[in-house]
Amino acid sequence: MALPPARVSMPAEARQGEILEIKALIRHPMETGYRVDSRGQPIPRHIVRRFSVAYDGEEVFRMDLTQGVAANPFIAFSTVATRTGELVFTWEDDRGEVVTVRKSLTVTG
Amino acid sequence: MPTRRQIIVGAGLAGGMALLPRLGQATPQMRDEAAAALTKGAAIQDGRVTLTIPSVAENGLSVYTTVSVDSPMTAGDHVKAVHLLSEQNPIAHLLTWHLGPRAGVAKVSTNIRLGASQQVTALVEMSDGSFWRDSKTVIVTIAACIDGG
Repeated sequence: MALPPARVSMPAEARQGEILEIKALIRHPMETGYRVDSRGQPIPRHIVRRFSVAYDGEEVFRMDLTQGVAANPFIAFSTVATRTGELVFTWEDDRGEVVTVRKSLTVTG
Repeated sequence: MPTRRQIIVGAGLAGGMALLPRLGQATPQMRDEAAAALTKGAAIQDGRVTLTIPSVAENGLSVYTTVSVDSPMTAGDHVKAVHLLSEQNPIAHLLTWHLGPRAGVAKVSTNIRLGASQQVTALVEMSDGSFWRDSKTVIVTIAACIDGG
């Protein structure tokens, strides 16, 4: 079975006010648009343009990417556990493809 | 199971990918112009920012890069944005991370591409409108843009 194209690693539970480290990875060629194929034809650019994270509907992190980001972009960042809810991770590429991962977070204390 | 012909054709394609069109490259001046466009001409101060990147990167296709900023990350005093700038890649402005008080701590990592040995700069915009930076020199043994990806 193929791996899902995107993965997010974060705790499922946290105490209120705790800073969570989140790691996100998507399989994507991040084709620069600078290369040519064996026939000398340019290989079209194909990159993830934007990665964003909403926590309970509010954006808490966003990244604008270019061809200067490596293939299979890995992103590590953080957010404060505020209340129990859902985090939605969204990748958008320049062909209009959108990948979404949802994670539930239970906040105690 | 690929046929022998498919394998040969595939090998030819992979070889062809090593060929590159001639590229324009960023220059230190283009990096400075990109920085000026982001700051709208505001002064940039050294300090508060720590750019962590290998001093020698064996593979420019993927260079692990971390930026951390000395900031309380409160509603009134936080990092708004972190930009990574290159002086030698085909483009000068590599990426932007948008942060806010809900990050808790200002520390972000990702893997970048480096097309040549160069100085990489992290430019940070604070909520009070001030700009801070850190720069590091990276020696790249195998540059991105030569082959593969």
